[in-house]
Amino acid sequence: MSTQVPETQEAEPEAEEQAPSKGDQRRAERRRKAAAREQERQEEAAERAKEAEDTVELKVFRYDPEVPEKEKPRFDSFHVPFEKGMTVLDALMYARDTYDSSLTFRHSCRQAICGSDALFVNGRQRLGCKTQLSDLDEPVRVEPLPHQEVVKDLVVDMEHFYDQMEAVEPYFQTNELPDGELDEQRQTRENREKIKMSTRCIWCGACMSSCNIAAGDNQYLGPAAINKAYRFAMDEREGEDIKQQRLEIIEQEHGVWRCQTQFSCTEVCPKDIPLTEHIQELKREAVKNNLKFW
Amino acid sequence: MYEHDVIVVGAGGAGLRAAIAAQEEGADVAIVTKLHPVRSHTGAAEGGINAALREGDSWKDHAYDTMKGSDYLGDAPAVETLCKESPRETMQLEHWGMAFSRDEDGRVSQRPFGGLSFPRTTYAGAETGHQLLHTMYEQLVKRGIEVYDEWYATRLAVSDEERPEDRRCHGVVAYDIQSGEIAGFRARKGVVLATGGPGQVYDHTTNAVSNTGDGVAMAYRAGAPIEDMEFIQFHPTTLPSTGVLISEGVRGEGGILYNENGERFMYEHGYANNAGELASRDVVSRAELTEVNQGRGIEDEYVHLDMRHLGEERIIDRLENILHLAEDFEGVDGLEEPMPVKPGQHYAMGGVETDENGETCITGLYAAGECACASVHGANRLGGNALPELIVFGKRAGQHAAGRDLGTARIETGKRGEYEVGEVDTPVQPGEVGGPGDVAADGGTAPDGGATAELTPDECVERAVTDERTRVDALMSREGTNHATIRAKVQKSMTRFVNVFREEDGLKQALRDIREAREAYQDVAVSDPSRTFNTDLIQTIETRNILDLAEAITLGALVRDEFRGAHWRAEHQERKDENWLKHTMLSWNEGTPEVWFRPVILEGEDKTYEPKIRSY
Ligand SMILES: Cc1cc2nc3c(=O)[nH]c(=O)nc-3n(C[C@H](O)[C@H](O)[C@H](O)COP(=O)(O)OP(=O)(O)OC[C@H]3O[C@@H](n4cnc5c(N)ncnc54)[C@H](O)[C@@H]3O)c2cc1C
Ligand code: SF4
Ligand code: FES
Repeated sequence: MSTQVPETQEAEPEAEEQAPSKGDQRRAERRRKAAAREQERQEEAAERAKEAEDTVELKVFRYDPEVPEKEKPRFDSFHVPFEKGMTVLDALMYARDTYDSSLTFRHSCRQAICGSDALFVNGRQRLGCKTQLSDLDEPVRVEPLPHQEVVKDLVVDMEHFYDQMEAVEPYFQTNELPDGELDEQRQTRENREKIKMSTRCIWCGACMSSCNIAAGDNQYLGPAAINKAYRFAMDEREGEDIKQQRLEIIEQEHGVWRCQTQFSCTEVCPKDIPLTEHIQELKREAVKNNLKFW
Repeated sequence: MYEHDVIVVGAGGAGLRAAIAAQEEGADVAIVTKLHPVRSHTGAAEGGINAALREGDSWKDHAYDTMKGSDYLGDAPAVETLCKESPRETMQLEHWGMAFSRDEDGRVSQRPFGGLSFPRTTYAGAETGHQLLHTMYEQLVKRGIEVYDEWYATRLAVSDEERPEDRRCHGVVAYDIQSGEIAGFRARKGVVLATGGPGQVYDHTTNAVSNTGDGVAMAYRAGAPIEDMEFIQFHPTTLPSTGVLISEGVRGEGGILYNENGERFMYEHGYANNAGELASRDVVSRAELTEVNQGRGIEDEYVHLDMRHLGEERIIDRLENILHLAEDFEGVDGLEEPMPVKPGQHYAMGGVETDENGETCITGLYAAGECACASVHGANRLGGNALPELIVFGKRAGQHAAGRDLGTARIETGKRGEYEVGEVDTPVQPGEVGGPGDVAADGGTAPDGGATAELTPDECVERAVTDERTRVDALMSREGTNHATIRAKVQKSMTRFVNVFREEDGLKQALRDIREAREAYQDVAVSDPSRTFNTDLIQTIETRNILDLAEAITLGALVRDEFRGAHWRAEHQERKDENWLKHTMLSWNEGTPEVWFRPVILEGEDKTYEPKIRSY
């Protein structure tokens, strides 16, 4: 189905009223002007889309539990004039601002740091803002992240993801802070280098959505949370006892051992975090840890 | 209705720090934020945090650099507080595990930054803000502080005594984005606004889409004066197509700017013969635009920033993130070619007037971070001075709101003590169009003068909730203009007329455009009928905030007929210390912006900062 450029709206006929008051007249006049402006805007948009040498077709997933026409999930097509450098997010914003202001998606930073616009684009988890349209085949299919409940259009419920992140005690813990409040805990450059990639996670949820195991086992901590555990377990500023405690968390039934090294998380992570490698390394640590005690 | 001791609105660096501090004081605290905390724009900060940590450096030098950088419009008590407390607060982050870059000896690294007399910028690669935001959010999780995320605050619940100084803030009204519920949040002790900057007033900005200045606009309409709004910082190195920022760290590490003729123009055309590329941001931004205007720009639009000579190893070690940004958002490989850059809106020095404890003139209402103006940046912020502001003043605001005695503030707020009434000659009537109670806008304090002063705090919040429900119902049930058109129009006009270079005619044109947009806004309507995740509704309300702030920025720019810091005026090419060592204040008087002035405080703890020519 295709909505393309929506039909232009008819200007509203003025309501027939007996002796309209000044205020009513003013309001009616305003409404008329507003309708005219709106019509102009849509005509301009249609014109632009026609004139543009190049347009891109987006097929966007739509769903809204509250609106009768959108209760049944469907795809809408939008034709967006293409400019060099345009991203999937730019195209979605264009479609929303020009054709349908109810088109709903999360986004904010436009620079791959807030993690809010992870989407399923042409069958793969990606950040809308970081994906150039020119790298994609047409029509560009944009869907919400799979394996997460859809709230509306492209917005998914992130609660489960946040719960998993919180399950690994995602905060620095140490018993030995330096005496002076102005003294830092020393950390070698090598150690910082070791944890560096793991600290880059932006909580976008792409990895979790791509993971077959997570899809089948709702309790599996998942790649992002395990990576978070890695970030602390490998930080030499935390003591051995705390590392022990961390390994116990990730070793539990729905922890690292569930991972079957399918690499899908590593492939989709927009921050290039070597997730599978981190999970493997924690498995090795867990084995060493157990050997120590058994 | 929800109820807590302290309600923090916003969960960027300032909001998180405020919440932690308030909780440490024993308060029951909650955060209301329109984005999940880790999505806040603080995450985008790249360069670093200024803190005098090393031998050879001192908070006094930091304060001196900051006063000079501010072009003598910073208030010394706030500046000195910032510089004194930044080392401890920065180390607090380290103790919370923040992954700072390290020196060979394992200590945190520091690097040079524009306008600093010592390399005192502490950093974590080129992703300092990301590390800071996540470190603080982790502490929030650890402490179990309650977060209402994806709740959009739309209005403050403030009593409506005649003088703002007599008013009290009892809470906020917010809208649950996921469910559409509108609810009151009663704050027994205080509300801390930490809603970030208003970058979306412009169309070429480094700021996130969510940075619409909501907190500033809400406080303004509730009666808190806003200060120094004309001072908008334009960052000299943003990518031309998107506004994505290329950190000052690149120039700090030795990156060089070239014009189309391959000239190192900062020196060759004499813009900053000593500091060159490391002159402060306003100087470099003007230099670049002058190059473009004089025909030496590349494609008549931008200049080149070159870091190739730094070598791959150093670039990857310290600026790796920059390589990704240039590649993903501009398609340029920074190891192989120079990066195109031009100035873009970056930071608002102005905001809600606060004292050095973060309090506004309205009892129980605080502001911290970019939405506040404690006046540490004056006319121009130095790079690396915003992040320390978040942690220092976020903490103080949180503590004070929770009831801790921080001593009497030296900075006065509201129309107290010495102030001067101002006048601006405007081509159109600025301000509101629909009169008090106007459904298109949040009416600020309750519309019927004095009535809510009698109400109990609970009733005051409930009253605000009712008003807000009426407004939202009206916006959703009528037909009319879409906000996107109005927003785009204002953004364009601001970028054209209220940019790095400003002249009287242009400023007046901007005011006319804003007026027109205001009138169009009277017919704004939300066309998405759904209560679930209605971003159409949110953006409609945000657009109203953009309108009020665009106007405030332009009015400030028009009234200040001098050249100071980031504020350049074609007709006034000198800094006029005899007239203008004062802050521009704006009060929302029943919908009409009122301009007045307050002298800057140059007396510090044991010295007075004498205005000097700023040369770098
Ligand atoms: C690209 C970039 C790079 C920067 N680099 C540096 C640097 O290197 N060093 C430096 O010192 N400074 C830097 N800055 C400046 C600094 O990062 C910002 O000034 C600072 O992060 C602002 O923090 P904040 O806590 O005030 O607001 P933000 O981080 O913007 O947070 C605002 C919060 O308020 C919430 N919010 C907003 N409106 C509402 C509402 N109506 N209801 C509910 N919640 C709301 C948002 O959800 C968000 O949580 C940089 C800025 C940018 C844009
Ligand atoms: S690990 Fe990567 S894909 Fe997973 S949430 Fe973090 S940034 Fe996203
Ligand atoms: S918009 Fe922030 S990550 Fe894409």
